[in-house]
Amino acid sequence: MAKLKDLAEMPERLSGGHRLCAGCGASIAVRQILRGTQDDVVVGCATGCLEVATTIYPYTAWEVPFIHNAFENSAATVTGAEAAYQALQRKGKIPAGKKIKFVAFGGDGGTYDIGLQSLSGALERGHDFVYVCYDNEAYMNTGIQRSSATPYGASTSTVPAGVCSFGKPQQRKDLAMIAAAHHIPYVAQGTIAHWNDLLMKAEKAFNTPGPAFLLVLAPCPRGWIFPIEKTVEIAKEAVDSCFWPLYEIEHGVFKLNKKVPDAKKVPMVEWLKKQKRFKHLFQEGCEKYLENIQVQVDEEWARYNRMNGEKIF
Amino acid sequence: MSTATIKKIKKALTGNEAGAEAMRQIDPDVAAVFPITPQTELMHAFAAFVADGKVGTELVTVESEHSAMSATVGAAAAGARAMTATSANGLALMWEIVNICSAMRLPVVMPVINRAISGPLNIHCDHSDMMGSRDTGWIQIFSENSQEEYDNIIQAVRIAENPNVLLPVMVGSDGFIISHALETVEIYEDAEVKEFVGEYTPDRTLLNTGKPMTYGPLDLQDYYMEHKMAEHNAIHNAGKVILEIGKEFGKKFGTEYGFFDTYKMEDAEYAIICIGSTAGTTRVVVDKMRAEGKKVGLIKIRVFRPFPFKELAEAVKNLKGLAVLDRADTFGGRGGPLYIEMKSALSDVKEKPVTRNFIYGLGGRDINTTDIETIYNQIEETVKTGKGAESFSYFGVRGDV
Ligand SMILES: Cc1ncc(C[n+]2csc(CCOP(=O)(O)OP(=O)(O)O)c2C)c(N)n1
Repeated sequence: MAKLKDLAEMPERLSGGHRLCAGCGASIAVRQILRGTQDDVVVGCATGCLEVATTIYPYTAWEVPFIHNAFENSAATVTGAEAAYQALQRKGKIPAGKKIKFVAFGGDGGTYDIGLQSLSGALERGHDFVYVCYDNEAYMNTGIQRSSATPYGASTSTVPAGVCSFGKPQQRKDLAMIAAAHHIPYVAQGTIAHWNDLLMKAEKAFNTPGPAFLLVLAPCPRGWIFPIEKTVEIAKEAVDSCFWPLYEIEHGVFKLNKKVPDAKKVPMVEWLKKQKRFKHLFQEGCEKYLENIQVQVDEEWARYNRMNGEKIF
Repeated sequence: MSTATIKKIKKALTGNEAGAEAMRQIDPDVAAVFPITPQTELMHAFAAFVADGKVGTELVTVESEHSAMSATVGAAAAGARAMTATSANGLALMWEIVNICSAMRLPVVMPVINRAISGPLNIHCDHSDMMGSRDTGWIQIFSENSQEEYDNIIQAVRIAENPNVLLPVMVGSDGFIISHALETVEIYEDAEVKEFVGEYTPDRTLLNTGKPMTYGPLDLQDYYMEHKMAEHNAIHNAGKVILEIGKEFGKKFGTEYGFFDTYKMEDAEYAIICIGSTAGTTRVVVDKMRAEGKKVGLIKIRVFRPFPFKELAEAVKNLKGLAVLDRADTFGGRGGPLYIEMKSALSDVKEKPVTRNFIYGLGGRDINTTDIETIYNQIEETVKTGKGAESFSYFGVRGDV
């Protein structure tokens, strides 16, 4: 892995001056991940906050070739470009030695939901590309609506907390496992707070021939409702509470990257308390929902621990 | 090279096989494939060429037509000559990206094997699929038979990639009637076709990492309309290029192509204007009725977008009666899509024929020579009695069943 100093000196591939909110996790994810390769990159992006805030015509924040096509087809679009690269190189229309890496970004809406089919197709076909889902756990660009990544109990615009509602009644979908079930060589889950872990994963993803999938927790101050300077802290505590385990699935073998001893495990209520999207759960009568959340996280954590070191796909 | 020296190889091919032959000779860098009747066999044949190493194409076996068009857009933006093919529901599913493809000014070529749009579900021919994407900014060319399908696909590459055009082209051919019927097709030598289509060397691509470009930005109130106007101008100006390439094709391969084709129109009093394979049926009827002394003629549309309204108004203005045949409806509009265009084209001329619109052949409903003769007789009757003038109605239906 490259040294921190060298990384800091790498030219920015997503420049500053874009219009993402202060404290946005998405741009942190992009900048860290694009440091994972020294090769040229072609970037694709689904419709969502990242795309709309970085490419307002006639401006662009992208210092690398970039394509946005639509909301649900970032994977299909980028793999089309990758197919072009394969063909043109084979036909001698671009130099044989010219190395280009292909990476598609999508929000959780564009990946877990509307773009799942396109992603699944691209992973199954085995293109040499990296798909990165920056997961801010809701459709933020359109005003904080629930997605299948939104955690149980969170209040969103489409499932707001109310007299008859405690927020989202379903658990989030385990997308990294779904990606891994495609028998692709590399899948990993990370956060924007664990930069060295994420960079290691990005490097592996770029260097592994074939498809790689990265799921990156990218907190959203607007949607989760916390002060903008807390983005990294919130992401860090998502791991320390075991809500968001850091793991890799390399050629089907599951590995927990960070063990959290029981004594050090941050109770979920501590993490939830810091985000106003869960505020309603702290009213009287909502105790059972808070308990459910802890039970869910404990069960998932136990499951991950059981899988640790196992070939699961 | 002059026509005389061009070698033509006569082959018995279905429309789908002829389409695949054109694709083999074009040898696109990327082709995205997804099955749908009646397009399926075109891609089967092409996939076999890939499997046998007869083309250098990267075949992307997508999981849907939405992804077919998305991957095609990605490939074309990366500088590849990129193609896909589809029918009906497939075209409907990719519709969102069909618009994005033309807005990005990507010269994609897509054979569309025309089939009725669901619902109800039907796999047979009509033009509702391509008419449903009429306003997407794609150039639309229709074929009468397998030969034209083959010739049109070859020309489409040149039209799309022309620097003054840079727009995608869909080439329509009637499902089953053309796609599955075996006909004699004259195939040109590979080298000649390759010479005609030439190398594709776009000056901007995603893979030009030394000169990074952003494709598909957010384009708001301050620029969107200028970009749309550029698209508008490009498709209107494409007409000139379509004609030039049609001429060049004629010089090289022997058959010149224009916006539309006329048959015995010189002194015609009554004419039918139609799209696709129905023109072949109509030509037979023209000959029969001419032998009986009736002054009838035919116009067959080749290019529907850009619509050659001036040229068509000129071509029909001296007729007494014009029957416009539409293989699609606009449901609530003034007849079928071709009729609406013709009415609008004729609004520019003072002396104009009586017109009447017949919506026919939906979902593959057969149209035969007797039907066509009936239509000629009906338009003559309309001119004489005034009954049914400027009306639109379904032809060949039993009413409520
Ligand atoms: C087909 C389609 N449906 C809906 C939309 C509207 N839309 C644009 S972005 C978006 C939400 C994006 O959410 P997500 O993928 O989570 O990314 P985020 O905005 O949170 O970064 C929606 C619903 C669209 N652009 N296209």
